[in-house]
Amino acid sequence: MHLSHDLGVWVAAALTLFIFSFLYKDNPLYKFAEHLFVGVSAGYLMIQSYWTVIDSNLVRPLGQAARGTGSHAELHGAFAAQQGDYRAWLIIPAIFGVLLFTRLIPRISWMSRIALALIIGVYAGIKTTGFAQGDFVAQVQGSLQPLWKAGDLLYSVNAILFTVGLITSLLFFFFSREHKGALGVASRVGVWFLMVGFGAGYGYTVMSRISLLIGRFQFLLETWLGFAAR
Amino acid sequence: MGFVDWVSRLDRRWIFLTMGLLVLGPLLHPLALPIHVTPPVRGFVTAVDAVPKGSTVLMSCDYDPASIPEMVPMTRTAFRHLMSRDCHVVVTCLWAGGAGLVDSIITEVAREFPGKTYGVDWVNLGYKAGNEAVMVVLGQGISNAFPRDYWGHDVKSLPMMSSVRDYSSFPLLVNISAGYPGTKEWVQQVQGRFHLKMVAGVTAVSAPEYYPYLQSGQLQGLLGGMAGAAEYEVARGEKGSATRGMDGQSLGHLFVALCIIMGNVVARVQKKKER
Repeated sequence: MHLSHDLGVWVAAALTLFIFSFLYKDNPLYKFAEHLFVGVSAGYLMIQSYWTVIDSNLVRPLGQAARGTGSHAELHGAFAAQQGDYRAWLIIPAIFGVLLFTRLIPRISWMSRIALALIIGVYAGIKTTGFAQGDFVAQVQGSLQPLWKAGDLLYSVNAILFTVGLITSLLFFFFSREHKGALGVASRVGVWFLMVGFGAGYGYTVMSRISLLIGRFQFLLETWLGFAAR
Repeated sequence: MGFVDWVSRLDRRWIFLTMGLLVLGPLLHPLALPIHVTPPVRGFVTAVDAVPKGSTVLMSCDYDPASIPEMVPMTRTAFRHLMSRDCHVVVTCLWAGGAGLVDSIITEVAREFPGKTYGVDWVNLGYKAGNEAVMVVLGQGISNAFPRDYWGHDVKSLPMMSSVRDYSSFPLLVNISAGYPGTKEWVQQVQGRFHLKMVAGVTAVSAPEYYPYLQSGQLQGLLGGMAGAAEYEVARGEKGSATRGMDGQSLGHLFVALCIIMGNVVARVQKKKER
């Protein structure tokens, strides 16, 4: 056992124990760690966003544009733009960005909706085409598979199970007719498949949560207390 | 007071304590329970092995410190795997809280390869806000979305980046993701649109969502949570933090299963008594 000599590790270990103390009951140490986390995270995200986005994608290119240059050295002029080198035209997205802050001034807060409309429009377009290509078409295509493959019983059983599960689960969400008769039987079978899915999801969730606990214990044992990793 | 009454009145803090001890014990005294490499993980390893030596691979690490135990072992092993195959690696991060963490991990792993140099063998482009929009812009040119790397260098000035234009420069995308934006968005925006081969390592809680992508062939391989990370370590002959954590993981799962069974038994007995 070799205790860490790093002050940062001691602070992290103390904060971990403060958070763990909530398992016994709520207390001021837990509250302190919680509030510290929220404050530090917010500050870190703001600084990170400024230096990696606003500075590198807006301030620096605008500064270069003011000098008549850009990332394409062969072009000269503040507005001599091409794809990837937008120069002084970056003023336009900058204005849209500033418009978002008009929400803070009630008299002109309506102006923020212009920027929001643009953001919503762009993301709606990107998401719709992405979903259609990546999820809808590809998944329908992936669902169409032969039910029987000669000489491969395991594949065939899997394919049949998959197809029955897919159809019956979809039928469970068919609400235009009462779930009676054949539709009732199919939807009940669908429920069983859904239950198996939920069970797998729950198992994976447990694994994720236990992993977090293991991660903290590994930090306390190996990094802080210096037990050799076994 | 019978057993059923005792269980129904049990202070839940005893359950927390038992779970803590079950997880802590194997970390101090490992049980060495077997770990088998499953087909999704084998697919991941095969896809990386299939990348021609010397190729440039895009690796997007989309997570933050909240997912360290699951994501960091995957990142370490995947980056080490790529470096050992002499691949050039372009690292990106779409989570604001993750850029510094990712940089510290890849720098630590890169030290194991003394002949490799930053800017020549790997580049960390750092964080960029914009989620799916960043993925789309990357398709028009890597330096369009990331004009500067994590350290503020002009991306075009880095030797490795002279041969990297857009997605067509990469034979494989390795995505290690803890949620949004992550694997789902990379599949929708990049794999589907640019037909780039892709493998993913994801948190266990989100893994069931991605198995359909694996079955349809949109993903070549999938690492699900700490178990996936441990299998990947085993497949690569490593003994990392995920492998060391799996004994505690298994005991924890047994305890949760036992609690579920006991809870159901108690509920049934109490229901009978009420009747």
